[in-house]
Formats: sequence, C-alpha cells, structure tokens
Amino acid sequence: MDKIIYLFEALSVANLGLAFVGVLAGIVIGALPGLSATMAVAVLVPFTFTMNPASGLIVLGAIYTGAIYGGSYSAILVNAPGTPSAIATTFDGFPMAKRGDGALAVSLATLASVIGGLVGALLLMFLAPPLATVALAFGPPEYFWLAVFGLTLISALSVGNLLKGLIGACFGLLLSMIGVAVIGADVRFTFGSQTLIGGIDIVAGLIGLYCIPVLIDLVATKDPHLKVASDSSGFRLAESFGILMRQKFNALRSAVIGTVVGILPGAGGSVASLVSYSEARRSAKNPENYGKGEPGGIIATEAANNATVGGGFIPTLVLGIPGTPPDAVILGALLVQGIKIGPQLFTSQGSIVYTFIFGLLIGTLLMLPIGLVVGRYAYKSIISIPKAALVPTIAFLTVIGSFAIHNNLHDSAVMLGLGVIGWFLNRAGFTPSPIVLGLVLGQIAEQGFVQAYLIGNAQQNVLGQFFGRPISLAIAAFAILTLFYPLIAKAIGARRARKSDVDQTVESRKADV
Amino acid sequence: MRIGTLLSTVVFAIGVTSGIASAQDYPSKPINYIIPFNAGGESDVAARFQQPFLEEVTGQSIVVQYISGAGGAQAWSQLNGMEGDGYTMMGSNLPHIILQPMAQDVGYTTDDITNVYFFQYTPDALLVPAGSDFQTLEDFVAYAKENPGSVTISGSATNSANHVATTKLNELADIQTTYIPFSGTSPSMTALLGGQVQGSFSYSTAALNQGEEIRVLAVAAEERLPSLPDTPTFKELGYDMVGGAYRGIAVPSSTPEEIRTQLSDLIGEVNANPEFVKKMEDAGFVVISIPYSEMPAFMEEREQQYQSVAETMGIETSSN
Repeated sequence: MDKIIYLFEALSVANLGLAFVGVLAGIVIGALPGLSATMAVAVLVPFTFTMNPASGLIVLGAIYTGAIYGGSYSAILVNAPGTPSAIATTFDGFPMAKRGDGALAVSLATLASVIGGLVGALLLMFLAPPLATVALAFGPPEYFWLAVFGLTLISALSVGNLLKGLIGACFGLLLSMIGVAVIGADVRFTFGSQTLIGGIDIVAGLIGLYCIPVLIDLVATKDPHLKVASDSSGFRLAESFGILMRQKFNALRSAVIGTVVGILPGAGGSVASLVSYSEARRSAKNPENYGKGEPGGIIATEAANNATVGGGFIPTLVLGIPGTPPDAVILGALLVQGIKIGPQLFTSQGSIVYTFIFGLLIGTLLMLPIGLVVGRYAYKSIISIPKAALVPTIAFLTVIGSFAIHNNLHDSAVMLGLGVIGWFLNRAGFTPSPIVLGLVLGQIAEQGFVQAYLIGNAQQNVLGQFFGRPISLAIAAFAILTLFYPLIAKAIGARRARKSDVDQTVESRKADV
Repeated sequence: MRIGTLLSTVVFAIGVTSGIASAQDYPSKPINYIIPFNAGGESDVAARFQQPFLEEVTGQSIVVQYISGAGGAQAWSQLNGMEGDGYTMMGSNLPHIILQPMAQDVGYTTDDITNVYFFQYTPDALLVPAGSDFQTLEDFVAYAKENPGSVTISGSATNSANHVATTKLNELADIQTTYIPFSGTSPSMTALLGGQVQGSFSYSTAALNQGEEIRVLAVAAEERLPSLPDTPTFKELGYDMVGGAYRGIAVPSSTPEEIRTQLSDLIGEVNANPEFVKKMEDAGFVVISIPYSEMPAFMEEREQQYQSVAETMGIETSSN
C-alpha cells in the first residue's frame, strides 16, 4: 500500500479547499440546464495552469463530479436534465417531486451519486490497466449494438403506447442526422439553412424538449409547480438510507455498468444511465412502477452517471484516450502543463496520478454533505419561489444555457424551435424521452453501423462484423431481452398462474363469463 | 471563458468611451481568440501554448473561446460577420477551409477566410499497432498490393487531412486501401489500438502520445521530426508526400490591412521564441512561419495539392 502516501498529499489543506470549491462550483454549474460538465471543466482549465499539476487535476475532477451530480437537481425539480447524463433521472425524479417527494428524491440522488462516484474511483485506482482493455475491445459493431440496446428502452418507456414511442424515437433519429455527417461529410436535412448545418446539439435538444413544454404548461395552468409535502422538513435521510439498503444490489450494478460504459470513448454518462436504468427496470420486482416515480430508477441513473467519472478516467490515464468529453479537455490541459500523456503516464507520473485519484475520492465524499445542503436549499427555493418568478428565471436560463454550448445563437434557435414542437407533441401524447433517446443514440448507432459495414466490406465479411463477435452478440441478446421483456414477463406470469391452484382458474373463468 | 467574455465586454466598453483605438496603439485591449473546435483538441492545445507568449508580446490578455460545430464550418461561416478591429481572431485550419467549401455549400468559401498567419502543422503519420506484422512502410505497401481493398486505415473524419493522406498514399504507392472515418483523432486511435483496423493515419502529436503502443511507419514531413528521430519521412522512402493539418489565424474580412500585418508580426514574434518552439516540438507540433505577406503563394500551393486528390476522394461530384 505504497499508494497511501499520496493520500496525505491529496489531504493537504490547499487540495481539500480546492476539492470543496470544485465540487460546489460543479454542482451549481451542473444544476443549470445547458451548462454541462464539459463546459464547467473547459472554463476552469486556464485557472489550473497556475497550480501544480496534481492540484489542478483535483479541482478539475471535483468540478466534473459535482457537475454530473448537480444535473440531477434540475432533472428532479424542473424535469429538465441539467446535463445529458441526467436524462434518465427525469423519468422517476420529476414524478417523485410532483407528488411531494422532491426532498427524498434529491437525497436519494445524492447517496446514489456518492456510491457511484466511489465505485468508479476505486475501480480506477485498483483495476485501471486491465479495465482499459475494455475500451479497446469495443469496435464499431459493439457501439452499434450498444446504441440499439439503448433504443430498446423505448419499449419500456412507452408502455401502453408503443406506437407513439416508436414514432417519437424515429423523429429523434431523424433529428440526429441533421447537419454534416461525420462519415461522408454529406450535408443532410438542413434545407439550406446555416442554423442547421452544425446539427441539432444534444444539449440544445434536451433543454428544448424537456424544459420548454414544462414552462409553457406552468404558464398555462393554475396548479403550483410541485406539490409541497406536508412535512417538508429535513432531508428524509433515514428514509433514503432505508431505500438504498433495499436497493443496494441495484446501486452497485448500476455503478459497475456506469464505470464500464464510462470506459468506452464515445458512449458517456447519458448512455451509461440509460443502460443501467433499463437493467434496473428489467430486474426489478415492480417494473410497472418505473417511470412513475420509483426510487430505484433514480438510484440506477445517478449511481451510473457518477461512476462514469472514474470510468472515463481509466482510458484517459492508461491509454491517453479520453473516455468522455470532459476528459478530452483535461487531457489537453495536462499536455499544456508539459506532462506526457499516454500509456506511460501511470508509471512515469505515478505521484500525480494517485494524488489525483485520492483527490477524486475525497471530492466524491465531500459531495455528500455539500450535496445534501445545496440540494435542500435548491428544493426549498424551487417550491417557495412564486411561479411568476420561477418561469422567467428558468426561461432565461434555457436561452443562456443553449447559447453557451457553442457561443452561438443558432443553438438557442434550435432549442426554442424544438421546445415548441415538443409541447405540441406532448399534447398529442408523445413524450420527450423517446425523441431524446433517438437524438442521443442515433449518431452512435449510425457511425457504428457505417464503420462496421466499411470494415466488413473490406474484409469481405459484413455479416461477421455484425453477428460474428462475442461482445456484439451478448449486447444484441440483452437488447432483444429488453425489447421483448414485457411479453416474456407476461408469458412467465401466465404460466405461473396456470400452475397455481385451480380455484384461481375457476374464478377467472367465472370472470370471463 | 464566460467571465473572460464579460470582462472583455467591459474593457471594450471602456475602450470605446475613451476614444477610438488606432492602428498606432494596437493592441490596446484584450484580444478574443476563437477556436472553431472543441476544447482539448490540437487546435486548442496549440492556442494554449501560444496564449502566454502572445500575452507577453501584445501586453494584452488573450481570451480563448470555442465555437465548434460542423467540423469548424459553424465558426468560419460566422467569421466575416464579426468585428474587424483586430480584437477578434479565429483559428484557421487546412485542409478544412479548402476542402469543405469545395465539397459543398457550408456557408463560406475559401476566399472568405482572411488568413494572417500559419504558425504550425502536425504532419500526417501512418501508424500500426506495436504488435503488427508491418515493420516498415514497404511491408505495408507490399501487403496492400497483394490484397487490394482489404487493408483498413482509420482516420479522423471525411475530407480531412487524414483522408487526404490515405488517398495520396493510395495514389503514390499504387495501392488500394479502405479509409474508415471516425469522429475524431481519439476514436480513430482507439480503433487502431483495439485492432479494429490495420493501420491509422493520425498526426505526429497523437503518435507521440501513444509511445510504445504503436509503431510509426512514416511521417509526412519535409525532415525527420526532433521528437520522432527514428521515424523516416515518406520523402526518404520515395513517396513525395508532405502534409497534415496546418493551423493558422484568420481575421474578419473587414480588418484593415495595417492591422492584419501588425497581427501577423506579433504572431511571428511568438513563433521566433525558442522557448515556444521547444514546447511545441516536444508535443509533436512542427512550427512553421507563413506570415501575411506570403499567404497568397502558400494558399495557392496548398490548394493545388488538395485539388489533385479531391477528385479521387469523390469531392468534385458536388460542383456539377
């Protein structure tokens, strides 16, 4: 345990202070829709050039973790994911907040995020080199199947209205194709408009499709934004712990999924939380509650997205290949600091790397007290601010947030346009989630498919690319299982019912008559 | 970044009230440096290397910002709408600004971009995994000749420097390889390390980062790179291939001639600083100096280079 010495380095007063400020700043930035983790890290990078590399990394890692966690606040309280990683947190978070369990949802998200973050960081510390090979085992066909797996979640999300869910997803896939294609560089579906040439940014799409309809509804109806719980006192921490203990397997599984997906460059927190949400729902005893305010859903997504932080650093530090977009910014920062990145980093710069990992662990732990206090404050202010002030504030943030993506008004225009479309679609019974899933996963699926096809074509074995690789087949099998799970569950249920005693059958026959 | 923007706006407001700045005292306020790509890429890293040196020679702060999208086209199509007072400059990249408008309407033309300086390039480098059977470029070419079409080469994006390099090598060596575009240098490298493709065209910077995990068969530079002294150039091996991604600085077309020259001189001053050159070379960049006065000749030469491969890449189709 020679690594312990680096713990004391990370525990210096200056580094602790940096981690504290970093987590706090990250939470606030992440909570604001549109200001994503990547942006938070990019803004802070120049300031770290004056620090020593380990301290600089600690503050960047703390901001990154904080921002990923902070995204859950707006997802839960306003139904608008603060970062793409928090998309799936809206599924159950907002319904919980609506029925008055907002404080509980925030506490759960905090606990789950801390667990996810710890699992990710510990795996980074102890298993980074072997886990990095996961990044290399994933080729284009695997990304294609992973995206397809994510898309199968639509069948679960749109129970009772599969057709509308599928139409929504197709709309999302269509949106993902707008702009200059990565492969082929064709300009598609822009109708000659300069606004659309950069494509639909995922963050702009998120803000538009989730935030704007909520805002319009807030203005159009008299209901208060959230129902205020009768006893809105406290964090409901004991209750959260209880739920977490019952869901500990879910939390751990989601954290591991999050770490592994985080390792994959090009997948990221949104895919991680969607995949673990889908797995949590599939293996739950009460899958029908998911999407209606089930605490297990929040635990799954929040544990997963914070685990991607540690996971993403695995290929970043071991291979010199950024696992997630914020990692790319951090790698660039290291390069400017004059540190040689790449496979030699772990051995040649061990002190920096391990001090940083301990810093990440400390930052994650600090998230618990900071998160609970900030979360409670955020919840209190959201429920106590009158609608007349809340709506303009959020509206202002949506425009600022979408502008800030690329310092570009085009994204604000896209955001508003999609917002209005989203509101009409909502009224017609189309929920935003399938559309957003299509938008997020469409590009991953398309690139994976075309690359796999090109490689297969060159090797004259296209089918082998898609169906001849073990990891691909395993993911495809999971996808099929998830897709047909409602039917399979029904069939199993029916068989069980048949096996059970005759009385029931008789009764049901009576009911038939 | 946002604080920086705010700060520069405030400073700008003060600048306006205190009288119009003239070319004599240029620069007299912070300069915005817009990178048309995401933070963390080669363009950003090079700009961050320049930043402190530029601040030293100008005596002003340099505010780095990002407007990314459509492979840079998002920013370049807005360049001429920005204020041409010398306080807004934008990263400019080759072959992007030549090949993008050549292929289709992307909202700007090559002539719309007023380049004042090209200060560095990252030569294309042909890489194979360390465990590959290809020990030399000759092995690679010989195998590709025997198996036309079956050798896969990954690279970053379509119509990019990597794409040009693959096409050019095919032409010069009379081989046929399959180019597989990825969404950036990192995914392309991941595909190579994971054995999804047999070779990869990347830049000297990326090749350097990967160290012993990969073998660099050749670099497309005039001379061997100080950071990769054992790697031959394509020229040495008989393939007349020099190229890569060239990075420079452009200004809005409304910028006065005088200021264009002044800015070019300032960037040139940074380029002449041995400390800057050392930092850049250690990271795998090759520092070049093409000032504003030599721009027309340089651009013409590059345009001819790209024109010759554009047809093979399938670009000419959109012009008819």
